Amino acid sequence: MKKIKAVYSLVPVLVFLLIWEIVVRLELVPGHFFFPPFSVVIQEFYHLTANGVLIDHFLSSLLRVLIGLSAGSIAGIVVGILMGYEEKIHKVAHPIFSLFYPIPALGWLPILMLWFGIGEILPIMIVFVCSFFPVLYNTVTGIKGINKNFVKAARSLGASEWKVLTTIVIPLALPNIFTGLRLEAGMAWRVIIAAEMVAIPTGIGALLMKAESLLRVDIIIVCLIVLAVMCLTFERFFLYIEHKLTHKWRQNAQY
Amino acid sequence: MPNIRLKNINNFICHDIDLNIRDKEFLVLWGATGTGKTTLLNIIAGLVEYEGSVLFDGIPVDKFPVYKRKVGYLFQSLVLFPHLNVRTNIAYGLRVQGKPESEVELRVNELLKLMGIKHLAGRFPKDLSGGEKQRVALARATAPSSEIMLLDEPLNSLDLHTAGYLRTEIHRLHRKLSVTTVYVTHCFEEAFTLADRVAVLNNGRIVRIGCPEDIFEEINCRAIAEDGFYDCHQGNKNSAAQIKLKDSGVLCHLGGDR
Repeated sequence: MKKIKAVYSLVPVLVFLLIWEIVVRLELVPGHFFFPPFSVVIQEFYHLTANGVLIDHFLSSLLRVLIGLSAGSIAGIVVGILMGYEEKIHKVAHPIFSLFYPIPALGWLPILMLWFGIGEILPIMIVFVCSFFPVLYNTVTGIKGINKNFVKAARSLGASEWKVLTTIVIPLALPNIFTGLRLEAGMAWRVIIAAEMVAIPTGIGALLMKAESLLRVDIIIVCLIVLAVMCLTFERFFLYIEHKLTHKWRQNAQY
Repeated sequence: MPNIRLKNINNFICHDIDLNIRDKEFLVLWGATGTGKTTLLNIIAGLVEYEGSVLFDGIPVDKFPVYKRKVGYLFQSLVLFPHLNVRTNIAYGLRVQGKPESEVELRVNELLKLMGIKHLAGRFPKDLSGGEKQRVALARATAPSSEIMLLDEPLNSLDLHTAGYLRTEIHRLHRKLSVTTVYVTHCFEEAFTLADRVAVLNNGRIVRIGCPEDIFEEINCRAIAEDGFYDCHQGNKNSAAQIKLKDSGVLCHLGGDR
């Protein structure tokens, strides 16, 4: 049944691609030089993959996303757990993080460029900042939202504070933590492209800028497709892990 | 099994509590909603702050963290851990106390059998009925072989039939395990059938204590609606009963509306 649903969800995409191909081939849109048919984009995708250009740029972006997202998420989860569980830390740290949380990740770009210079660290730091605050926020919300009676029950059964944290609090906060991770996994790809477009000579963002300067719309579309697929893949990956970890016990688990 | 001594206990709800609970005794704390019964249990378990002293077998435990007091506590809302299945819920107390896995398995299997919930072992709390949840919660509270059991209105939300069945189970369990038990209820029937002694609470104070026969003999029961009094498990929320203790002038409201 799931497979049938997945196939059905592909139908609108295929129809869209078909319309795109027909409309451009029949020259129904003006300036088709700036709007290549889908088949040309696929050809270019194959060409860029075969000569290794796309793979090199993709791997550069992927590595930065993985490092930045992992570091930002781990830091966000650790600080979030401390803030969520220890009221004293929450009281001190919450006002500070509340100030930083609303700043969009790309807003940090100018100051990070000055602090870290234009190099490998910059896009990683941008992804770090992008993932840290939302994961922190969701972790704190998840832990604060746990019914305090669960903690009382665990303590009365003989659990130390560490055991309460690791066996009750963190597992029950997982759905919220994963919501943060899922949202930021996609967001990480969006900000890394922006950072690479502005400052870095490698990565999908850099390839986008090169294609723009060469008026290669087909390459731009290839990059956008790669970006869309990666955003979706990362989000689905975290959704899958969340489902695996929590669907057995959650009341309204969805996947 | 230890006796429990509460010496001059005071906090924001309970006042001047002086109580001696005997070794292996089944003491029922009886009174209306909001009279401090649950708070008194929380004081014994160390879950709320208080002034005064709690002694287990003559040893003050006021400075002990909750996990060192080693009391089995069945909460009113049961609070079964939703992410653990029945087996791991019951095993939780034993595992966090570092018991060997072979011992954990043995004890859990014994309790699953004793409570008649062996067939539920792999289920999660969301898939259990009210009565099944109560039995799992009771098994979980009993599992670490605590020397003191605190039961907070364990039959409160059950239908008459299940409540009656579980009442017998609790009675049987107490006789089998011989643990010092403090049981909170506002239900006359439960108090009368289960208790060795009944302590009546009102406005955070113990106003009467004695064996159930003596306590309920001196009660002048003026039932506004008798259903609310005798069928407190039928969820008859619109009826209420007033119970007045002779001489003391204490008025307890039972059932629903106050």
